[in-house]
Amino acid sequence: MVDNQTAADLQTASDLIVRDADHPRDSLIATFGADKPLKLDAGVSLSPFQIAYTTYGTLNADKSNAIMVCHALTGDQYVAQVHPVTKKNGWWETLIGPGKPIDPARYFVICPNVIGGCMGSSGPASTNPKTGTPWGLEFPVVTIRDMVRAQAMLLDHLGIDTLFAVVGGSMGGMQVLQWAASYPERVFAAVPIACATRHSAQNIAFHEVGRQAIMADPEWRGGRYHLEGSNPRRGLAVARMGAHITYLSDAALHRKFGRKFQDRENPTFSFDADFEVESYLRHQGITFVERFDANSYLYLTRAMDYFDLAADAGGTLANAFKGTPTRFCVVSFTSDWLFPTSESRATVHALNAASARVSFAEIVTDKGHDAFLLDEPELFGIVRGFLEGASRARGLTAKK
Amino acid sequence: MATMTDFNAAKIARTAGGTRVDLVLVSQMVARGAKVLDVGCGDGELLHLLGESRDVDGRGIELSREGVNECVAKGLAVIQGDADTDLGDYPDDAFDYVILSQTLQATRHPRVVLEHMLRIGRHAVVSFPNFGHWTVRLQLLFAGHMPQTDILPYSWYDTPNIHHCTIKDFVQLCNQIGVKIEKAVALNAWGSPLRLNAPWWFWNLFGEQGVFLLSRKD
Repeated sequence: MVDNQTAADLQTASDLIVRDADHPRDSLIATFGADKPLKLDAGVSLSPFQIAYTTYGTLNADKSNAIMVCHALTGDQYVAQVHPVTKKNGWWETLIGPGKPIDPARYFVICPNVIGGCMGSSGPASTNPKTGTPWGLEFPVVTIRDMVRAQAMLLDHLGIDTLFAVVGGSMGGMQVLQWAASYPERVFAAVPIACATRHSAQNIAFHEVGRQAIMADPEWRGGRYHLEGSNPRRGLAVARMGAHITYLSDAALHRKFGRKFQDRENPTFSFDADFEVESYLRHQGITFVERFDANSYLYLTRAMDYFDLAADAGGTLANAFKGTPTRFCVVSFTSDWLFPTSESRATVHALNAASARVSFAEIVTDKGHDAFLLDEPELFGIVRGFLEGASRARGLTAKK
Repeated sequence: MATMTDFNAAKIARTAGGTRVDLVLVSQMVARGAKVLDVGCGDGELLHLLGESRDVDGRGIELSREGVNECVAKGLAVIQGDADTDLGDYPDDAFDYVILSQTLQATRHPRVVLEHMLRIGRHAVVSFPNFGHWTVRLQLLFAGHMPQTDILPYSWYDTPNIHHCTIKDFVQLCNQIGVKIEKAVALNAWGSPLRLNAPWWFWNLFGEQGVFLLSRKD
């Protein structure tokens, strides 16, 4: 899959990953010293640590217009700007930007890289201050709640008391729900998209396959590849290829590729990438390893697996949101089989039982889980309308 | 359960301001600042009206996706759901009022829906087309076919309305399940309320719609 010519480039890419993990380009960095440790669910503290983040727009005088955008498993803080590694546009420029539902002319948008990530927030590719070398598996296992706890510290650091809104899809949506559960008074409005209040057995199973692919790569070296000058790019690429299938749908794959051959008329009777869909997946795998750290992938998938809001609230999901003042807008997609509508419906039922102010819309699309990142005008209309309504209630815009 | 398109098809009298008269009447039965659940809220016309005129904290359930997405895009708190299956998920006493406007006849289990409404809310407001109206009776009696009127424009084979009732039937159901009728109004075809002191049979014959404010008997 990765031929020898590109292998050399990718080795360089691995070095760049280590560099970006400590010194991300085009990012702001908040550093938390020994006086401000991050207390983790694993029972240990992370200190010192840092969070890389980007901001767009201007914080208003009474600091009431801040929106936090939470990224998904393989996302990062480059939500509305060109990515320094891939040179591609920001991953949510469909939703965030001038004239878009989240317009920096009105809102102060904050997008942090999660703890455990590899784009500048402390994670396994960051330098362990005790050893001066990358943490690797010495980095403590983190949870979604830890990520949100760190984000709350970032908010304190920025001097912002309450977020006007927290918005995110997939793992980002989990963070949104965790924000609402952990800090209800700090979240005026929450938009969890294509997510669930817990990771299903099927999703844990998919993640385990991805992790095993990474750990089965001899280059992984027990997680010490940064120290030993290797890089488990094959394992990580396979993990990405498998995961990518779960982000799409049978219908979308059929529409996009069908059984079409890649640059050939007939099958080669070999194991080349004869089919377009194979070639596409290989491309997804190869480009992913340029910008992502394999250990980080292990940590973040683990964080999602551990996510279970009901368990944290004594077994009853509604208790996680009891008496919440937050208004919610839950969105799901018909063809999403990773986080199917039934999961969002369960979230909505719990919010209803908690007497929360909740909107819920299911959008018809064949694009699968990835639909939240794609051009879905109905999603934009819903997010725009919901935020408009919330901003009137918050007094950000004059009531009609 | 009815969808928003049903109401676009049905010609229901409107005020000079363009608001459906039955919705104005329903909104007048709701106390200011109350917490309200509108079941089968369509495109959100009533929720919008309640928010504007009664300062109500309103929520909605709607079956049709288009209706829900339109409501949410308007900033209303509406979820996609079905009156027949989803009311059971709401806790007791969650609302001051639960409203079912022009939807009762389209539910699979009207009695169960009504019971849930008065469990979830302290009050219920129900409006429905009266199948005892004289035009309905005459069509069946003389023309011999299933009635079609401005408010019930469907053919028998494509109507969403599967449980028609008359005002008399509805009063009977209320008595049967021990519900107190706080207030009842019948509207004629032009949307004007019929004489308040008229007997039930008169309403049942000349009322095109019935609008009821209900509460628990205890």
